Amino acid sequence: MTMSAAPSDHQAARALIARHHIRWWEPTPWVLALAFYFAFPQYLGFGTDLLVWILFAISLELALGYAGIVTLGHAAFFGAGAYTVGMLAFHGIWNEPITSLIAAAVVAAAIGLASGLVLLRTTGLTLLMLTLCTMALLEEAANLGHDWTGGFDGLPSIIIPPLFGLFEFNPLYPRTQFLYVLGVLFVCFVFVRTLVYSPYGQSLTGIRENTLRMHAVGAPVRWRLIACYTISAAIAGIAGGIWAQANAYVNLTTLGLDRAATVLIILVLGGYGRLYGAFVGAVAYVALSHFLSKYFPTAWQLGLGLLLVVIALFARGGILGVCDNILRWYRHKFSARRPTS
Amino acid sequence: MIFGIDIASMMLGGLAAGMVLFIVSVGLSVTMGLMGFVNLAHGAFAMLGGYVIALTMRHWGVGFVPALVIGFVVIAAVSMVLERLLYARLYGAGELDQVLFTIGLVFICIAGLTLLVGPENQPIALPDALRGQLNLGFIHYRTYSIVLIVVGTLIMIGLWLGFERTRFGAQIRAAVDNRRMAESLGINIDRLFAITFGFGSGMAALGGGLGAEFLGLDPQYALKYLVFFLIAVAVGGLGRITGVFYASLIIGVLDFVLKKYMPQGGTLFIYALTILLLLWRPQGLFGRST
Repeated sequence: MTMSAAPSDHQAARALIARHHIRWWEPTPWVLALAFYFAFPQYLGFGTDLLVWILFAISLELALGYAGIVTLGHAAFFGAGAYTVGMLAFHGIWNEPITSLIAAAVVAAAIGLASGLVLLRTTGLTLLMLTLCTMALLEEAANLGHDWTGGFDGLPSIIIPPLFGLFEFNPLYPRTQFLYVLGVLFVCFVFVRTLVYSPYGQSLTGIRENTLRMHAVGAPVRWRLIACYTISAAIAGIAGGIWAQANAYVNLTTLGLDRAATVLIILVLGGYGRLYGAFVGAVAYVALSHFLSKYFPTAWQLGLGLLLVVIALFARGGILGVCDNILRWYRHKFSARRPTS
Repeated sequence: MIFGIDIASMMLGGLAAGMVLFIVSVGLSVTMGLMGFVNLAHGAFAMLGGYVIALTMRHWGVGFVPALVIGFVVIAAVSMVLERLLYARLYGAGELDQVLFTIGLVFICIAGLTLLVGPENQPIALPDALRGQLNLGFIHYRTYSIVLIVVGTLIMIGLWLGFERTRFGAQIRAAVDNRRMAESLGINIDRLFAITFGFGSGMAALGGGLGAEFLGLDPQYALKYLVFFLIAVAVGGLGRITGVFYASLIIGVLDFVLKKYMPQGGTLFIYALTILLLLWRPQGLFGRST
């Protein structure tokens, strides 16, 4: 037997060790976001909306893309966060932006933990139904608790004081909102990125791929899933809270099946389980819907339906998955030619 | 005495609504139990069926009953084609892909109908014989509701006989319980799937037409009532015809009673009950535990 190289010299081992290293292209979204801020000051409201969708999609990415929890009710946590911020501010209890967001995260996490404790015992259709029903339950509760939530009309014009006491939230010229959401998104994204590359994140992937085997190797599957669901709920709560702050109102649309389905579509469109799918999906979806749905709302829905069918049948990796396949095909062609030349 | 009549009229109204729920959901229950396919487009088939029925009645002057038959046949045929061409590709796939695919179909149906027919409600005119009141001896009640109850019961009996007493029904039951074993016994699963899927979708179309009188019929139908169809299936237990029947009737009556006494929070109550029930029995009220 010849002297083999040290294990860490193996190609696969090197890839594993360098997995969490920052790749050269990873700053791109942030550079683009800052460039957007300076290049399109008239579209900052749209940009803020886009960033909130990315944040919301990242929260779902953690639960769906990494832990494989198929949920149709993720808007429950978005709405919980939005209503927390909205009700605290509307009833004059508390409205400082950053601490309100933390409150939104805590409330959403509490709901995520409580529902996760019971829901995550089930799988498949039952889980799907339970997440759907939990969201519908919250929506009905928000509709009925008129004195607190404003019922069907929601809470109009909540007042958010300047960020750090310095930067005014101007609804007509949302510079502060954009940078504020971008900052929060960055913090949350770094957190999620660290989490999915940690051993804990790796065990989540293991649970997604083969639950039985993870049980067999002794991983506390249920608690890992509950923890993941809770963290995911907290981030969705932050997304909802920041949506409420940026728009200065809350209504029932933050809680409905519409929003839950949209975030699912965004994530799948970009490609789930790959961290940057949320960015690509949100940009593609929000940009398309913003410009198309205004002029051709019905054609937009038709196109969206066709897109979903095509993705589910032929392109399960979403946009990034298709890019990956094209890249791989090119590399394959290239490396296949090399030995002959 | 007044109170008794009140209860009777509520029961009848709830039963009629429950029957429609049953006719629509029974196909969903069987296809989900048989193929393990999360078909969120089932409501869309009911809606399409309702449209076929409403439009043939209006434009071709077809009667109500023949229109129902046409709706059943058209939707059964269309859904069988869809099943063979598209659904079959996703039988082995995860729930997420199935959910996305069927939500996509729902969007296509909603947008397609809005573009082709329009966003407004499509009324289905009942024949004169089904309008008005019927004297039941102890109470006067809407004829159509009574007819729905009778038709629903007959369909239930027919389905039960077909399921329990025919060779084809036995094959479906075998495949629901153990697909691999059924396959290795030489049952042609592909054919079974296609026929069952088509039949279930046809039933949904029938339900869409029969229920249009009080559920309405507009392009949002496919999403509006989807949660109710899913609840009926989940509560009844997958692949159990009798389960869906009882679950539908319970939901129908409960919804009717709650709307009367708690017009605000009735739906909240149904969602909460469903959650509790599914936590207690994930396989549904009448499903067999695995």
